[in-house]
Amino acid sequence: MATVTVREALRDAMAEEMRKDEKVFLIGEEVAQYQGAYKVSQGLLDEFGDKRVIDTPITEHGFTGLAVGAAMGGLKPITEFMTFNFAMQAIDQIINSAAKTLYMSGGQVHCPIVFRGPNGAASRVAAQHSQCYASWYGHVPGLKVIAPWSAADAKGLLKAAIRDPNPVVFLENELLYGQSFEIPDDDDFVLEIGKAHVEREGSDVTIVAFSIMVGKALEAAEKLAEEGIEAEVINLRSIRPLDTKTIITSLKKTNRLVSVEEGWAFAGIGAELAAVVMEQGFDLLDAPLRRVSSVDAPLPYAANLEHAALPQTDHIVEAARDVCYARD
Amino acid sequence: MARAATKSKSSKSEIEEVEDDLLLDFYRQMLLVRRFEEKVGQMYGMGLIGGFCHLYIGQEAVVVGVNHALRKDDAIITSYRCHGHGLIRGVPPKAVMAELTGRAGGVSKGKGGSMHMFDLEKGFYGGHGIVGAQVPLGAGLAFSMKYNESDNVAVVFFGEGAANQGQVYETFNMASLWKLPVIFVVENNQYAMGTSIKRAKAGTELYQRGEAFGIPGQQVDGMDVEKVYAAAGEAVEHCRAGKGPILLETQTYRYRGHSMSDPAKYRSKDEVQKMRAEHDPIDHVRAKLTDRDIADDAKLKEIDKQVKTQIAEAAEFAQNSPEPKLEELMTDIYAEDVVIEPRPDDVEVHEKEAAGDHVPDGPKV
Repeated sequence: MATVTVREALRDAMAEEMRKDEKVFLIGEEVAQYQGAYKVSQGLLDEFGDKRVIDTPITEHGFTGLAVGAAMGGLKPITEFMTFNFAMQAIDQIINSAAKTLYMSGGQVHCPIVFRGPNGAASRVAAQHSQCYASWYGHVPGLKVIAPWSAADAKGLLKAAIRDPNPVVFLENELLYGQSFEIPDDDDFVLEIGKAHVEREGSDVTIVAFSIMVGKALEAAEKLAEEGIEAEVINLRSIRPLDTKTIITSLKKTNRLVSVEEGWAFAGIGAELAAVVMEQGFDLLDAPLRRVSSVDAPLPYAANLEHAALPQTDHIVEAARDVCYARD
Repeated sequence: MARAATKSKSSKSEIEEVEDDLLLDFYRQMLLVRRFEEKVGQMYGMGLIGGFCHLYIGQEAVVVGVNHALRKDDAIITSYRCHGHGLIRGVPPKAVMAELTGRAGGVSKGKGGSMHMFDLEKGFYGGHGIVGAQVPLGAGLAFSMKYNESDNVAVVFFGEGAANQGQVYETFNMASLWKLPVIFVVENNQYAMGTSIKRAKAGTELYQRGEAFGIPGQQVDGMDVEKVYAAAGEAVEHCRAGKGPILLETQTYRYRGHSMSDPAKYRSKDEVQKMRAEHDPIDHVRAKLTDRDIADDAKLKEIDKQVKTQIAEAAEFAQNSPEPKLEELMTDIYAEDVVIEPRPDDVEVHEKEAAGDHVPDGPKV
């Protein structure tokens, strides 16, 4: 096992896939000479040159459409958004062009492309720069949507995303970039898209989370353990396909479920998990599912308000106690 | 040679006359599109074709002229008004018509319809329903050509309505910056749905709209197939030589409404009638064919008959081809054809799993 940051894991994943496949290239704002707005593409320009590491003008709608067209033309673009907030400018090209064209063309026009970049709240950047798009993209057939937490997730899933013949939305998190994790010593470490990972086993309650919330769910599980509640923590890794099998298997054991997401609850991933549990595991439930999410407001700037708006470890602990009827 | 946008209002003024056979080809192809679209209008009226349906009647010279300047391994991409573009790239009329009737024999297996037709073997990349979306996509095709170090070119067709979309200018900037081999063909048919060009365009002529990005532009009479062909030839030469993008504004006219549901009351009947009488691209070539003794009445009648037969066969095929099988509902969503979202009948699967039964993977329709 080696210890690497999420940032390095992402860079290594791209470099390894670019070494293997000439058709893979990186395109986006500040990805080349600046080495990435968050330094994720550090060193890639030096190794691969400006043919394959391409700085674009500030032109999200345009460069996204261009990259989608390049994928239709047979290349494998990795499209970096400085943040997914900026990808809203380009969402038509992601959904209407990248996700739907294979279907509309009767299986002729493939679009093997990765859209990646930081998603969700960072720190004190307020409403327009702090949104989670998991449920937005997760809604769309034709897209695959991934939200890694650890460095191993980041590396194994980004490599899988680059190899995938479909358009993949890869939702990173800025606050995780600098966090270090152990990663297997494997020259070609790849994870399967669509499989959740049980990060911690437990028998009393299942906590389902993704991205940065996995860390908070694990913290909550430690606190709960002190109270005698053993939580099982599932890291979704993939939003679409959603690994319902792992969730239901866990529910069979715990009969209680808490969902955790940084986005809003309304029509969010937690709402989807609630529907899955209702449809597939209604008789397994000993308590109603509880959703932990951001409050239903744009994210505020003030530090105290920001903290109050986002899901915190204590919210998860409280929700878990609730479904275990262990509220004090 | 195409020059900087400001001065170049038409291509090599008086173009050379094309060879006899080529002129006949132009005639045949434009007639094919015209008769095809007339049949589509008729079948739409009979309820055999559904949804939004945009006819190309009046604009035939544009796609025929441009395509003749291309090679088979080049690529084109266009908007939702795409039947003619598919036909001229070589998609069989049967496959286009069966797509319109939503049948299994359609070029997109009946899953795309009028606005979403594709045939990659013919270098035809669609058929895109969102106004302007095909412009960056087409530049992306050109990007892949350059990346692969081929000498191919990509042609992006879009209307003067789409020419006001922001992504067009984002694309112009990148295409010029990176010298992509892309030809932007504006099909200026004068009306963006019901809004005339005069009501939607500030200032400049459309062919000048690449000027700020260093993209040379030309305005061409889009009702004259020979002029379109000549200008497209120069544009292709420019692109293949690695000189970057080029813009052609073709001045054309659509005789029918924007779509089948548009009675086109925003313009006078006289205006349309005058266009048809004085500028029809097919009449123009037919007159030349007889003037130059390339084809007599008998020959022209024979061509008419051949085209009619082709269309009749296409219409028949499109009505007799079976509807897509229900299984097609859940194919082509992903490259590997997996159903990945939870569906209500997954409940049953999980119940079986609990009882120790085999859990089947794959589509459940």
